[in-house]
Amino acid sequence: MSSSQQVVGFRPPTAFSRLWPAPWFGGLQGSDTAWAIAFVVPYVAIFAAFVIYPTVYGLWMGSDPSLYSLLFSDPRYLTTLVNTLLFVAIGVNVKMFLAFLLSGFFMSRSWWVRSLLAIYLLPWALPGLTVFLSIHYMLVTEWGLLDSLWRAVTGEDGPLFLVSTPIAMAANIVSYIWKWMPFWTLIFLASRMAIPQDIYEAAEIDGATGYRRLVHVTFPLLANVYLICTLLSTVWTLGDFPTVYFVSGGAPARLTDVLATYGFHEAFDFGYPNLGVAAMMSALPILIPLVILLMRRIRVTGVQL
Amino acid sequence: MALTSGRRRVRRRRAVGRLPAVILGVGLLIWTLLPIYNMLLIALSDDGDEYTGAIWPDDWNWHSFQVVWTQDYWYLEHFWHQLGNSLYMSVATMLLTVLIGSLASFALGRMRLRNGWIVTDFALLTYVLPTAFLAIPFVHLMHVYGLTDSLWSVIAAEVTFATPYAILILHQYGKLIPMELDEAARIDGASPVQVYLRIYLPLMAPALVAVGVYALLLAWNEYLYQYLLISSPRNTTVAVAIDQFFDSDEAPWNYMMATAMVYSLPPIAIYFVLRRFMVAGLTMGGVK
Repeated sequence: MSSSQQVVGFRPPTAFSRLWPAPWFGGLQGSDTAWAIAFVVPYVAIFAAFVIYPTVYGLWMGSDPSLYSLLFSDPRYLTTLVNTLLFVAIGVNVKMFLAFLLSGFFMSRSWWVRSLLAIYLLPWALPGLTVFLSIHYMLVTEWGLLDSLWRAVTGEDGPLFLVSTPIAMAANIVSYIWKWMPFWTLIFLASRMAIPQDIYEAAEIDGATGYRRLVHVTFPLLANVYLICTLLSTVWTLGDFPTVYFVSGGAPARLTDVLATYGFHEAFDFGYPNLGVAAMMSALPILIPLVILLMRRIRVTGVQL
Repeated sequence: MALTSGRRRVRRRRAVGRLPAVILGVGLLIWTLLPIYNMLLIALSDDGDEYTGAIWPDDWNWHSFQVVWTQDYWYLEHFWHQLGNSLYMSVATMLLTVLIGSLASFALGRMRLRNGWIVTDFALLTYVLPTAFLAIPFVHLMHVYGLTDSLWSVIAAEVTFATPYAILILHQYGKLIPMELDEAARIDGASPVQVYLRIYLPLMAPALVAVGVYALLLAWNEYLYQYLLISSPRNTTVAVAIDQFFDSDEAPWNYMMATAMVYSLPPIAIYFVLRRFMVAGLTMGGVK
């Protein structure tokens, strides 16, 4: 879920089997089984009613092939596809890479870095709605905060951000990074802290310091976490709605829509819910392989969600 | 003499070595606070005066906060009621997520229900998928369930998206609690319900707090489902009310940002008070 805060912890795979607890007296019997089933029923009911049903219904809504020929004949849809790819490819990768580097900075134990971390994580806790609207207002007129700062520094009028398609798209991506980089920094920070100190000491004796330590020790140890986080974030970001909806609002002229906002407008502003579902379903050819790859990596590596 | 100048040189070198870190730190601080500062800047400006190009508020005008407080603008006439709705919806989501998630993770992780991995896998799958993809069918769904324009339709959606994470994290954390405790209680004649209430829940408290805060913030901060599933002004939440300002031609952006500011305060407060649990929730089961 891209619109929420989630988490990946890290644990070496060996610990997995050792900590797996023994079953209750070698397996459930009689009334215990009934109790266990009763305990799972609420979740299974929710899953059936609010995940399976809407999924099946959505698949049915988007099952008419003519919807897709309609979609592909819409030039705005093709723009949306390109935007979504740019948004995900640039947004996720830049965010992950910066988060990885910054997690090294936040390893410092000094008091001011720790206090900074507390503030730096704020975007993670804040509602996307309010911060993205605030960013929208920084950009939407030539009297927004960014233009005022620009004027104060250069003495000239700043650009009108949401009039230019590339700048509006860049604004979406930067806002997305602003909101989600702290969360992933925290994940990488936790993973870094889980690396035993003696590995670094051994590496130091072998002469690995500075950037060599980063490239040859830290990164290989975190490669699995990095890969899984990137996959997970890619999947969530493919369905990201609030960033583009509030920051650029599709401006100028619906040229910066992504799949989620395009589907939303088709379904609720223009009254074609089936077309909206079809637009989102057109992400499935990318989404399904990613999810399969992700679930498999999680199982193989023992990185835990 | 030579000694002190040498020491000074070392100190100066150390300060110079720290300079890039300080610059990075200041950059990060500005980067993080800029949108939040902008929210405050607009909220503090006079009516119709939001865009004077000021970088610093000329006079600290708390008028818009007063308007929000007294519901003195027609888009804000249900403000307190809507804030109550947001709170009700979030707290209900939190309680249901903790209850349903802990029951399921107890049955799956502690009682080891046969074929329970199917449920865990479905939870993982739900967790991984983007929520926006289910939004359009959800609107139809709530008509079928007769929950249109009801807060409970939103609660159902938020619980659906929060429980998978709850199950995964609780399952994970539960592995750290020795199974022998359950078995000892069983030998003493405790029923599964008693083991759940007296042993599982108390020992899982930190994880339950982490999961609860997660669900609370997920529901409070979410927008799309609140917007789609509720239509009447009295039943809606603050998140939807804020966005409704866009429908106005007057565009009282200072009121809108003041409302946004008030709406952002509870998550900020929760974050600063319960940060430790939230961060622990991220690393639970992983970093010991």
